[in-house]
Amino acid sequence: MASAIVRELGESVQETLLALGRYALFAARVAAEAPRALLRFRLVVEQVFNAGALSLVIIMLSGLFVGMVLGLQGFDLLERFGSEESLGTAAALGLFKELGPVVAALLFAGRAGTALASELGLMRATDQIAAIEMMAVDPVRRVVMPRFLGGVIAMPLLAAIFSMIGLYGAQLVGVQLMGVDQGQFWSQMRAAVELHDVMEGVLKSVVFGLSCSLVAVYEGYHSVPTAEGVGRATTRTVVISSVSVLLLDYVLTAVML
Amino acid sequence: MGSRATAATKRPWSRPRPEGRCAGRRLAPGHSRGSDAIVRVRGLHYRAGGREIFAGVDLDFPRGAVTAVMGPSGSGKTTLLRLITGQARPERGTVEFDGQDVAKLGRRELYRMRRRMGMLFQNGALLTDFDVYENIAFPLREHARLPERLVRHLVLTKLQAVGLRGAARLMPAELSGGMARRVALARAIVMDPELLIYDEPFVGLDPISLGVVLRLIRRLNDTLGVTSIVVSHDVREITAVADCCHLLSAGRIIASGPPAEVAGSKHEDVRQFMHGLPDGPVAFDYPAPAYAEQVLRER
Repeated sequence: MASAIVRELGESVQETLLALGRYALFAARVAAEAPRALLRFRLVVEQVFNAGALSLVIIMLSGLFVGMVLGLQGFDLLERFGSEESLGTAAALGLFKELGPVVAALLFAGRAGTALASELGLMRATDQIAAIEMMAVDPVRRVVMPRFLGGVIAMPLLAAIFSMIGLYGAQLVGVQLMGVDQGQFWSQMRAAVELHDVMEGVLKSVVFGLSCSLVAVYEGYHSVPTAEGVGRATTRTVVISSVSVLLLDYVLTAVML
Repeated sequence: MGSRATAATKRPWSRPRPEGRCAGRRLAPGHSRGSDAIVRVRGLHYRAGGREIFAGVDLDFPRGAVTAVMGPSGSGKTTLLRLITGQARPERGTVEFDGQDVAKLGRRELYRMRRRMGMLFQNGALLTDFDVYENIAFPLREHARLPERLVRHLVLTKLQAVGLRGAARLMPAELSGGMARRVALARAIVMDPELLIYDEPFVGLDPISLGVVLRLIRRLNDTLGVTSIVVSHDVREITAVADCCHLLSAGRIIASGPPAEVAGSKHEDVRQFMHGLPDGPVAFDYPAPAYAEQVLRER
């Protein structure tokens, strides 16, 4: 009984290491192809549109509601200490450093990541990837790279839009609804928020963009070419991306604090 | 439409051909004749999922001929194509394309070799984001920096060859199965390959589309001077256009030669396959315990 548990544990550790190794090899190949892929910028721009512009509605809506909730909760908390005029600072720091990159990345994984994975998975299942290979075209270079780079470029832009709309939502609730002074809201925020706070969020969103896009293209490209296989790849994309975003968020926060 | 139906009825592709040999044919200018076989398979062993697919197969695909590879489902026909195109590597033995051992080629050399091949997949495998025109232009845009006017000329020429010039701006989702197969065929020939490979080109086609695809296989082979390999288990159809047949079963070649010769074989496995007999060496019943015994035990 005990030996069976140990064996199973060993197998699962081995499998995880193998999977990490495969991810690392794929990431190395993607990194090596990136400069050449950037030369075909038109293909990348198309994918920035697919991953970014088509995610705008969900990002803006979510940003607005997250900002509004932040306004309500922040006002409730700060009112207890008599410092509700600091609401702008609290909302801005929360959004720029944490909520903007993290929530935008989770939404990105759910919307654009799944779209990328299922698109590549379907291309595999319908022999389109094999056909591209048979036309002597490298599918990683032609199909995977533009999608990967599109995701990497779109993610920081989406996080920035999320934060800005979120800030507007916090202002809407704090100033228009709860009566915080508008001048105090903005001036305190401008005085307290520094460039490195914004850059922390930008750095996080770039890292999340790299990880979410890599997971999506890897899972889609390597999916089993069946309906079930594509479904599993899509699910794995959301799960792995979400966990990696939260894990990386902790690591980056710990490093940058 | 009417003329197409008439052509299919008359079966112009099945005109008399020299029998008694798997002969090569006239080649188009620029296509080299290194040896008589463009693809040569020797001592091929291959396993997949623990199952032996090939156990010492020797095969030649004569230059300029239409060669059919037939066999029951699961006999390794598509795997053979994957080995020829370098999508899989043999466990033992060699697969040579024009004298080059495919398994020994690096990625760049493999892609160079594939530029000399065109492949028609079972479902067409058209790129669903692109319309018909862009699908055919795809290899040209990837491999050659040609002026748009020349690309247009080449694409329309190939579409005309498969009779679909009028469908240039349709999306793959708007095409019937037969049309998709013809568009894929136009894409396969757009780079003027030396070898055309067809993986189950007749699956799911209505009789008219089937006749059209059959006629195209023969006509393109003869007019372009290419070599064609057709994997299929549609015996009647493929033997009508093939110069040469190879019959695969249980990991081995059980018959090779001109279609008439293979069809007339006395070998039991060959007879069962060529004449579609429900029982024979390939049993109708999947191996199972005695029927009565199993029924009683389950009660």
